[in-house]
Amino acid sequence: MLERLQREFGVTDINELKPGLTSLKVARDKTETLIRELRDREGYTHLNFMTVIDYIEDGIFTIVYMLHNYDNKDTLSIHVDIGRDGEDMVSIHHLWAQAWTYQRELREAYGIRFPGSPRLDEDFVLEGWDQIPPMRREFDTKKFSEERFGHREGRSSEEPREHMKVNLYPNRGGDEQ
Amino acid sequence: MTHSTGHSASLDFPQPEPLDLSSGKYVKLWQGPQHPGITGNMSLELTLCGDEIVECKTHVGYLHRAFEKLMERRTYIQNFTVVCRIAVPEPTFNEYLYAQAIEELSGIEVPERAVWLRTLNLELMRLASFLMWIGGLSGAFGQYTVPNWTLAHRDYVLDLFEEMTGARIYHMYIVPGGVRAGLPDGFEQRAREIMDSTEKLLVQIERVMFNNTVFKTRSKGLGIITPDMIDPYGIVGPNARACGFARDLRKDEPYLAYDQLDFDVVTDNDSDAYSRAYCRLQETRQSISLIRQCLDNAPTDGPFQADMPNVLHWKVPAGETYVKAECTRGEYGYYIVSDGSEYIRRVHVRGPSYTHAIAVMERLAVGTNIADIAGLMVSLHTYPPEIER
Repeated sequence: MLERLQREFGVTDINELKPGLTSLKVARDKTETLIRELRDREGYTHLNFMTVIDYIEDGIFTIVYMLHNYDNKDTLSIHVDIGRDGEDMVSIHHLWAQAWTYQRELREAYGIRFPGSPRLDEDFVLEGWDQIPPMRREFDTKKFSEERFGHREGRSSEEPREHMKVNLYPNRGGDEQ
Repeated sequence: MTHSTGHSASLDFPQPEPLDLSSGKYVKLWQGPQHPGITGNMSLELTLCGDEIVECKTHVGYLHRAFEKLMERRTYIQNFTVVCRIAVPEPTFNEYLYAQAIEELSGIEVPERAVWLRTLNLELMRLASFLMWIGGLSGAFGQYTVPNWTLAHRDYVLDLFEEMTGARIYHMYIVPGGVRAGLPDGFEQRAREIMDSTEKLLVQIERVMFNNTVFKTRSKGLGIITPDMIDPYGIVGPNARACGFARDLRKDEPYLAYDQLDFDVVTDNDSDAYSRAYCRLQETRQSISLIRQCLDNAPTDGPFQADMPNVLHWKVPAGETYVKAECTRGEYGYYIVSDGSEYIRRVHVRGPSYTHAIAVMERLAVGTNIADIAGLMVSLHTYPPEIER
């Protein structure tokens, strides 16, 4: 099957990660036809999930589709690279009923658009979010928290041996023995 | 049993048509997000025509703590305090899958004793979660005796967790390389006593709840999942098994010691709220049987932890993997990508509630009476934190 996929869909970077789990890469414009083929003709009827890996240093998002075949218990991890800066992605909402939910989440979390996907611009987890999409690598959670919520005195941390010396064993020079 | 996968060119997944809310025919009502105890902090935005639901939209985010993002800036060992919080009633599955993914990427072999202790831990977790769920469903239909019984017995199971791991809810017991400790003295006997009393309780629950006319009348025919929905909607676990799909990762792709345990996959065919509940009742019994088998077979000596390097200096070899296990709601999975550094590059948590509580819920709710929406919600068994990781 993988040879045919290489020939007909230009699949590259085939890598058996472990028995029953193989990763492969496909070009953006072949994604929908490849996934449809796998679903309808090869038995990969289960969409485990969709997610994104942000390779900020290379300027790409890798979109990952995890498909499972219940008959031969095989899973494919399909990788598709797109540009980080505003490139949209082909929608698969018509192939699985829950796919639009993943795409709605990825729009909110990474700012990736899936034209045609239902309810894409509805808030998913974040209500009224006006910052950059928070799962992008450049979004700094610590900086955001410090700016948004202000400074709060936290717990001070002590160097254990010094703490014991001063507070627990002041007369013994810190030697708990 | 074979089924059509439901995938065909003619099948589409229509979104609801916009309703004329100014017509005076409809009322908007929010179910949640106050915490009813079982479905957690999520809400359904319902549009009613009379007392019938004509549109449902699921809203999540009330428990969002950005787990996946937080994990990208913490070391591997620090993340153990994070992962268990992703599914509060079933933290153990997060611990196991996170540890398992690290072990796969790093090539770590887990000692046999730890394999059995992990299996025992996971089944105890399934039992505790099922007990909580049965009480929740009963409560959703207005019967408050059963929740009191099941929550009390869940606490007995939590006592066992406290003995075994030192904690009742967030155990952090399963760590890369094995588990943190063996079983304490006398644990086996106490565990067997609690299994015996829980087994007796299930007989009472079957009499009081499953033979109850009110429960039967209200739950039979409610929220029917048809076979052609299973694959297109990604439905897994008891929600699929109650529809006749004998799919169970413990049997289909055995992990830990499940290939050495004796059990059958529980299925049913009616696929309504009653049928799903009955499947889960049988699976609760199955968990008790599996716990007994683990107690019979788990080695009592030998190492429970592989030799591991200093946790402060872990670097996981570059690579990716996807690991999964059968939790009470179905396939629970962790997808982890490592770039070879001491921080995770990407982690994605796949929880069954993601589709059950959104795409499936929004479809099943339409046409349901408002009085049954809580029962329908609970019958799908969803936990919001695994949706909004």
